Amino acid sequence: MSTRLPQGGRLIDRKSALEFNWNGTRLMGYAGDTLASALLANNQTLIGRSFKYHRPRGILASGPEEPNALVGLGQGASFEPNQRTTTTELFTDLSATSQNAWPSVHFDIMGFNRILSRVFPAGFYYKTFLFPRFAWKHLFEPVIRRAAGLGAAPKTPDADRYEYFYATVDMLIIGGGIAGLAAALRAGRAGARVLLLEQTAHWGGRAPVDGAEINGAAAQDWINTTLAELDGMPNVTLKNRTMGAGVYDHGWATGYERLTDHAPKAAGPRHRLWRIRAKRIISATGAVERPLSFAGNDIPGVMLASAVRDYLINYATSCGDRLVLATNNDDGYRTALAQHAAGLTVAAVIDARASAAGDLPQQVRALGIPVHTGRAIAAAKGNKYLKAVTICAQAGEGAVLETIPCDVLAMSGGWSPIVHLWSHCGGKLHWDATQAMFRPDPMRPPLGADGTGFVHVAGSANGHLDAASVLKDGFDIGTLATKEAGFKAGPALKDMATSTPEHPIEPIWQMPQGMGPKKQMKTFLDYQNDVKVSDVRLAAREGYESVEHTKRYTTLGMATDQGKLSNINGLAILADSLNAEIPDVGTTTFRPPYHPISMGSIAGDARGELFKPVRQSPIHNWIADNGGFFEPVADWRRPYCYQRTDESVSEAVTREILNTRKNIGLLDASTLGKIIVKGPDAGRFMDMMYTNMMSTLKVGKCRYGLMCTENGFLSDDGVVARLDSDTFLCHTTSGGSDRIHAWMEEWLQTEWWDWQVYTANVTEQYAQIAVVGPKARHLLEKLGGMDVSGENLPFMGFLDGEIGGIKARAFRISFSGELSYEIAVPASDGQAFWDMCIEAGAEFGLQPYGTECLHVMRAEKGFIMIGDETDGTVIPQDLGLSWAISKKKEDFLGKRAQLRPHMQDPDRWRLVGLRPVNDGEIIPDGAYAVDGTIRENGVKNMIGRVTSTYYSPTLGHGIAMGLVQNGPERMGEQIDFPTLDGKMIRATICDPVFYDPEGALQNV
Amino acid sequence: MLHLTCPNCGQMVDETDLHAGGQAHITRHGAGASDADFEDYLFMRKNPKGVHFERWRHVYGCGKWFHAARCTTTLQVFGTYSAQTLTPPKPLITKIKKLRPEWEGFEK
Amino acid sequence: MKRYSAFAIAKNAVNYHRGWERAWAKPEPKPEYDAIIIGAGGHGLATAYYLGKNYGITNVAIVEKGWLGGGNTGRNTTIIRSNYLQDPSAAIYEKARSLYETMSQDLNYNVMFSPRGVMMLAQTEHEVRGYQRTAHANALQGVETKFISPQRVKQLCPIIELSGPRFPVLGALWQPRGGTARHDAVAWGYARACSDMGMDVIQQCEVTGITQSGGQVTGIETTKGVMKTKKLGIVVAGNSGHLADMGGFRLPLESVSLQALVSEPVKPCMDVVVMANTVHGYMSQSDKGEMVIGGGTDGFNSYTQRGSFHHLEETVRALIETFPMVSRLKMLRHWGGIVDVTGDRSPIISKTPLGGCFINCGWGTGGFKAIPGSGWAMAELMSTGETQGLAAEFGLNRFQEGRFIDESVAAGVAH
Repeated sequence: MSTRLPQGGRLIDRKSALEFNWNGTRLMGYAGDTLASALLANNQTLIGRSFKYHRPRGILASGPEEPNALVGLGQGASFEPNQRTTTTELFTDLSATSQNAWPSVHFDIMGFNRILSRVFPAGFYYKTFLFPRFAWKHLFEPVIRRAAGLGAAPKTPDADRYEYFYATVDMLIIGGGIAGLAAALRAGRAGARVLLLEQTAHWGGRAPVDGAEINGAAAQDWINTTLAELDGMPNVTLKNRTMGAGVYDHGWATGYERLTDHAPKAAGPRHRLWRIRAKRIISATGAVERPLSFAGNDIPGVMLASAVRDYLINYATSCGDRLVLATNNDDGYRTALAQHAAGLTVAAVIDARASAAGDLPQQVRALGIPVHTGRAIAAAKGNKYLKAVTICAQAGEGAVLETIPCDVLAMSGGWSPIVHLWSHCGGKLHWDATQAMFRPDPMRPPLGADGTGFVHVAGSANGHLDAASVLKDGFDIGTLATKEAGFKAGPALKDMATSTPEHPIEPIWQMPQGMGPKKQMKTFLDYQNDVKVSDVRLAAREGYESVEHTKRYTTLGMATDQGKLSNINGLAILADSLNAEIPDVGTTTFRPPYHPISMGSIAGDARGELFKPVRQSPIHNWIADNGGFFEPVADWRRPYCYQRTDESVSEAVTREILNTRKNIGLLDASTLGKIIVKGPDAGRFMDMMYTNMMSTLKVGKCRYGLMCTENGFLSDDGVVARLDSDTFLCHTTSGGSDRIHAWMEEWLQTEWWDWQVYTANVTEQYAQIAVVGPKARHLLEKLGGMDVSGENLPFMGFLDGEIGGIKARAFRISFSGELSYEIAVPASDGQAFWDMCIEAGAEFGLQPYGTECLHVMRAEKGFIMIGDETDGTVIPQDLGLSWAISKKKEDFLGKRAQLRPHMQDPDRWRLVGLRPVNDGEIIPDGAYAVDGTIRENGVKNMIGRVTSTYYSPTLGHGIAMGLVQNGPERMGEQIDFPTLDGKMIRATICDPVFYDPEGALQNV
Repeated sequence: MLHLTCPNCGQMVDETDLHAGGQAHITRHGAGASDADFEDYLFMRKNPKGVHFERWRHVYGCGKWFHAARCTTTLQVFGTYSAQTLTPPKPLITKIKKLRPEWEGFEK
Repeated sequence: MKRYSAFAIAKNAVNYHRGWERAWAKPEPKPEYDAIIIGAGGHGLATAYYLGKNYGITNVAIVEKGWLGGGNTGRNTTIIRSNYLQDPSAAIYEKARSLYETMSQDLNYNVMFSPRGVMMLAQTEHEVRGYQRTAHANALQGVETKFISPQRVKQLCPIIELSGPRFPVLGALWQPRGGTARHDAVAWGYARACSDMGMDVIQQCEVTGITQSGGQVTGIETTKGVMKTKKLGIVVAGNSGHLADMGGFRLPLESVSLQALVSEPVKPCMDVVVMANTVHGYMSQSDKGEMVIGGGTDGFNSYTQRGSFHHLEETVRALIETFPMVSRLKMLRHWGGIVDVTGDRSPIISKTPLGGCFINCGWGTGGFKAIPGSGWAMAELMSTGETQGLAAEFGLNRFQEGRFIDESVAAGVAH
């Protein structure tokens, strides 16, 4: 059984005991424990169930590479699925539950799947469930889906906060083991700005666990001294609990800081996503131990040798009383030594190598522990718990020589450098046959903006597995990167590490070498996804030969650990199956993040109101306080209508229309874009930007203008006013101001840069308030100031002056067909002017109106709306706007495009009015017109569509505008619009101007 | 996350402060252009695997456009320069030739 | 070819599955073919399959520089829908969708087509009108869609937040017969069927040149030797420009990186595919339980198959607004694919200036859903040599004529 030892544990604080909940049971651990170590200390070795076969799963590893021991953590708005017990620091009242098991982890109904595992080989989905056809959707898929997935999905919004942090440094060092510390020391002393990240709470990595010495003393002493020195350097930042998550182009990287995961009651954000720009990045991320591939290697109790020793030394937790070590290298023996030193039994060491003559094996032998060389694990025995192992010759097919009872099996298949961060941005690897590992190839690094490599790898991540060369590599790489970042490296550092020398590893990819198909089906490569040796061999046999094919066909390496433990072992089996060399088979692509990061951290604090901040007009708050029923318009909010308590939205719209046409309506038009175009060449420039001739516009006058893309399509419209001989004020649509301003700048800067023109987007400098209706002039005259008479300020003119004591510019323009003034005042005076109008207008029946009223009134007048009548495929000629396209100008944006054959096609759909034959009917939004014929491909022939459709309270019937094939030539004809509920609405084609066609009302 | 030097304000700028504007040095063909020239101008793009000249705007900064020479496969940036030019500057072309001897050179 | 079935699996289980044969052969190139397809992605393999199935042309090679299905076919978010606005698009995507329905049976390979339904959220009044328009058009085009209420949206997808502070859900365009499929299986299934018809799927074979004589294509040069043909189909997505160079013509294309990500797998919580175009995000849950999320494209040309992180941030923010529970999931992996985008963001299935050489490209961010329809149309074009049927409107000449197929009208984002 696994248990807590009476003394020791370098990371736990025995004075601080904590209680926590595991599957509803109250257990005890210590501060400094991980959830994994605390569970082991309580003899909890069965943690969850695997993905496909629901096999019992225990703790395998001690770090983020853990594939098995994933749990649901927390509850309600703090619940999170798939948390690794090995990276979860214990805290008081932590609450965790097993996953993928029902009703319980000990008795899981779906566990019967493993009995069927023989008929569920890799890719079996692809070969079956083919008949009957409907059954996949209705029967098979739902069952498979329910069985899949790991943890439960969170149900409620997230209670936590997240934030970003930006850092620009000379050197980002990832990994706080001795290599990372050494590199940081080098760079820090040289004066470089250094950011050193360590994913765990502790510095020093494996060196203290594995008994390395530096300068003749325990490695921990050097680590402490070094940390103290680095901590004292103003140019060095140390961050523990912060993982280097991803490396991106041009020296950009992300760091994932877990601020309160270990202390959920603490204030502040839960995670912080560091967004780092570094001149050089050093990945000192260490290495990960590989499992060995033998039958039953997934039974709880089979663990990585290094993990067993981590639990012993760091947490004083025994993983079992009676241990068998299976290894193909010397390093694994450290676990036997640690187990023995803790007063526990080591039943045997099974070393697959022909001989084990290194210092570590000799030390083990000297303790009287039997060391069997040339031997392999024939099978691990047990179901939910390991009971024994059987031993065979590595060279054979697995004839059992001996059975050894044990409750923990520590396995070491050698080490793989963690090369993820090197590889994320294109760093290449080479195969080191001696050490049986992929190492970074320094000749093919990821390239930065200047074309030089910007990532270096140091220590174990660089393929150095002994403390002496790890420390040296840390200094060397630190020196190199320091120089590359533009600093003088200073005198060399003399610190030396020593560790017991080791004999070489012998690559062992399956145990025993000649294992038959039956054993292959019980030998796991990917523990979480239940991928076995037999699956990879099957994939190869069926032609899924590329490593990517094998991965996708078998799902090897696609689980939440992304193959940290399984990829190399799987690759080796694939290479063997194909009779190829490992490096020729290649690796799959390493994709960020190194280890999963919370979506919350990726979103940061840009959520809720901050997700996309709302632009507010100067009148926004008044509108909100006075019944404004907001709709989003570009980044703004505009009132759809002002709803009174006793009326519906549509009643409000009707009231606003009728009142505006009878009395006065007040519209906040501040969101309209306003762009100043100024300079000696402004007229020439305006003639290019607009289809109209703008250079001839007289000072003091306004003109309605159209802008097209170079592709000929109508993109924006608005009224242009000529402020003086070289200054124009261009109004754009509410959504168009930034786009149009950028568009103007693009042409001025990149095409006509010799033209003398400036532009300025002054949209937010002005409040613009439309005073609309037959009594509009009465109101302005009452407010006093400029002469707004028809003689002094005629239609399509503007005046500068004062109204009611506020500096104002009044435009005589109308989008409603009524007498109308748009008054621009400084934004800071906007609310005052609005208030004044509301107050003074009361006697004239003034009411504010919203966007829907505006839409209906403009449709009654047949005015087009960008976005309704246009959709990016409509040219002005389609809309009967040829009058606004200058024939005299040599060129303007879009002119050439409009000459192309399709643009000149007489059959283009063109704008008309549409009046439902039945006055009670309204054509639905988006309806298409048909002529009753069927096209060759069976589609009903469409001859037009509606673009705007409303009930007109003014006229008392439905009105619409639409684009119809040959429409303007078909006045008076009737066409049919099928509706989605199967009806047909018949409408008469008519002039789009329904209201006041002579324009008498607006021009008084 | 690209990092480019804006030649107008001299700053190193994150991609998030920039707006990408597509291929640079395209000749505008307006009224009077042939069908083929006009199609080329609007739609035909070089899209090379390798050295590419392109436009950027420092939109959340000085607001100015500039040009960059960049490799589309390694994302190496050979240099940035004024948008008010019809062809890339000679020293930049020389530099790229040196770094990429196989490059066929700038063609309009 | 031995047929796949539950019975075959049971039979093989007895023998520890040692009896399965190769899914597709590993042939050496022949000196000459009736037709050669460059590119063994979904579109290329589907083209070959329908050349054989519909036109009896089986002396065909499909050459692939990497491994089959290794490009965008294996990198996309597997959404299948046909709720397009413009007639030519609706026709080809609906053809594709209907072929997906029977693909598993046609190919004897389970591609796990899951018609779970696709909804596109309307989050502004403008979008409401746009999707109502699409629903009207689809009704006439024979594509089954409808515009549904926010309450129905919530019913179909309970994890959606309807009343986000910024963009409330006002309704959705719902295509009940849209869905997803297992992307790799589509390529593998076609490859197996093509191989079974006697076609040569030649992997690890890079095309280095296109030979021609008198304006007619005569063959290709590859790293595995020269192959002659009078009919050449180029179906290579992001690499189209490169191949067009070899053929001596240009294309109105740009290649950019498109990103996607998946979360860690969780138990089923979302039975439909949701696309939110206003906030730029789309999400579905795979059969394994991962939330599959589509991101945006970079604005600059790139062939790196990786993208900029800030697009992911924008996508994830948008999704958290729409699905608040996403915040407590973890991102497992993100990656990029190179997509080829045309001037109107619609594909090209066309003759080229080089006689006998045809091109199928420009699927941009939406190619997976089109694979069978695209192959069907390309096969028709290649066998007849005439621009007709489904491909008729997708010719290269449309750019000069100004005759665009612009879908951004309805949905202006990656799909």
